[in-house]
Amino acid sequence: MRPILMKGHERPLTFLKYNREGDLLVSCAKDHNPTVWFADDGERLGTYRGHNGAVWCCDVSRDSMLLITASADQSVKLWNVQTGAQLYTFSFNSPARSVDFSVDDKLAVITTDPFMGVTSAINVKSIADDPSQQSGESVLTITGPTGRINRAVWGPLNKTIISAGEDSVIRIWDSETGKLLKESNQEVGHKKQITSLTKSADGSHFLTGSLDKSAKLWDTRTLTLIKTYATECPVNAVAMSPLLDHVVLGGGQDASSVTTTDHRAGKFEAKFYNKVLQEEIGGVKGHFGPINALAFNPDGKSFSSGGEDGYVRLHHFDSDYFSIKI
Amino acid sequence: MYVVDESAKPTKMRWGELDEEDGEALDFLLPPKQVIGPDENGIKKETEYKFNDDGNKVKITTTTRVRKLANARLSKRAVERRNWSKFGDAIHEDVGSRLTMVSTEEILLERPRAHGAKAEETKIAGDNLAQLGKGGAVLMVCRTCGKKGDHWTSRCPYKDLAQPPETFIDKPAATETAMAASGATKGAYVPPSMREGAERIGGSDMRRRNDENSVRVTNLSEDTREPDLLELFRTFGSVSRVYVAIDQKTGVSRGFGFVNFVNKEDAERAINKLNGYGYDNLILRVEWATPRSN
Repeated sequence: MRPILMKGHERPLTFLKYNREGDLLVSCAKDHNPTVWFADDGERLGTYRGHNGAVWCCDVSRDSMLLITASADQSVKLWNVQTGAQLYTFSFNSPARSVDFSVDDKLAVITTDPFMGVTSAINVKSIADDPSQQSGESVLTITGPTGRINRAVWGPLNKTIISAGEDSVIRIWDSETGKLLKESNQEVGHKKQITSLTKSADGSHFLTGSLDKSAKLWDTRTLTLIKTYATECPVNAVAMSPLLDHVVLGGGQDASSVTTTDHRAGKFEAKFYNKVLQEEIGGVKGHFGPINALAFNPDGKSFSSGGEDGYVRLHHFDSDYFSIKI
Repeated sequence: MYVVDESAKPTKMRWGELDEEDGEALDFLLPPKQVIGPDENGIKKETEYKFNDDGNKVKITTTTRVRKLANARLSKRAVERRNWSKFGDAIHEDVGSRLTMVSTEEILLERPRAHGAKAEETKIAGDNLAQLGKGGAVLMVCRTCGKKGDHWTSRCPYKDLAQPPETFIDKPAATETAMAASGATKGAYVPPSMREGAERIGGSDMRRRNDENSVRVTNLSEDTREPDLLELFRTFGSVSRVYVAIDQKTGVSRGFGFVNFVNKEDAERAINKLNGYGYDNLILRVEWATPRSN
């Protein structure tokens, strides 16, 4: 396949997100301006100007009208996807790390980092239909985990919130009361901080990637460990194919810790594994730096990866990808 | 494919009346942008005119090939979104912006290689070659070094070797026996040194002396192979043999190799010159190979 290279960001990529219909791709990077691209040919549609710090995460509403972004400038902003206009800003006392819209886009879960005496927290804000009616109050605030919470997502039917972070423990919280329902088992769980989390298309299982060079597949209801995928590099980003039983892991060591004799240009790769057999199917090379973000198009026919090198690479699969046999 | 053709043409106005700052206001002087749509090969040419910083009229021709990469079936809403106007930093998107490019390389989902596969491949190749007796086959087979698919005999990089080694594949035992067999078969080509009546005794002497002229090279990069070493060392004199240690499982170089010179003086000069030489981002270490105990 011939990937499409999109160099819209001057700084490393942090997150990639497709809209529900798979025709738009939003990329977030450390350079303050999330960008939206057309997902078929990589043409840039626009950028959202307004943040003053690295943008860590974003989410798009189901109707592709609303974009929410979390930034290190201690704010979470709501944007009109089409015009790029800022609709609302939620302010916090510490950098915001992760956002996720609930299934009906009426609520959003936001995590904030530990910062200068403030502990990390999970906040739930309600999203009004009319942006002018939007209030900044939290519906629910959960504190408890030590260390950064790198990702928090809604569980099935918005009943639960799943969080994972620096302390390498996955927690499931009740979304109405804020009570801790489950914690992942320390023995089988990750050994180092969890960098990324992605849900399956139906929400029944989710995949976490960690700096301990592995990714693990968990059941959403019971938080039991289903599968483990081992790699040679710390995992920064994970993605699951909505079409086939594939998981993709992306990662790579920091440039500063790699000896010059070992790695060469274009050698960082996104590794494909068979979800059920835990075996590596192959790798897609090309990035010049560690891969920080991965996303699958909801139709499963293409995926994109964002790297430390500032490039977004959009890959449309060849027909032989769909007939891979083990 | 992207071709930029800039030709500065002076404007037809009297340059004395023309102010530097007015350059941009003279946009009406520019011919309109022309788009010659995708033809049957998908080649699209866009010709744009603008004023560059020096106030010269500049013509930028962008040639792109429009390729259908994938079938995207868009919903009605998605088709509407396609027509949204640009915002933010994308407002000033012009033809010359190279933000989105299709990669020039074909990237494949590389399947991880099974361990057994590679070793099998090379072994079979070695036997086949010896069987052919280095006659001209459909494949490009070189008589001197036996490397198939690489070059013909007249273009062999190992032309000047005194004793042509049969193959460089790590199965010397297999090839030697095969050679004896093909020597016996009629019509198979046997190099002069291997024929009966050749200077066998001198040959073994030469070989022994060659082993004393053996130079060990260490700290080689992963993808250094025999031809690279040969190119590097041949300037010092005739090289009779080169060898690079390869890890069979991964196919990468183990970082060291041996070069045998015909003359000891050449080997000595090579050591003096190339020890500490930077090659492929690594500093080479070149020294006498320790004599192997027989």
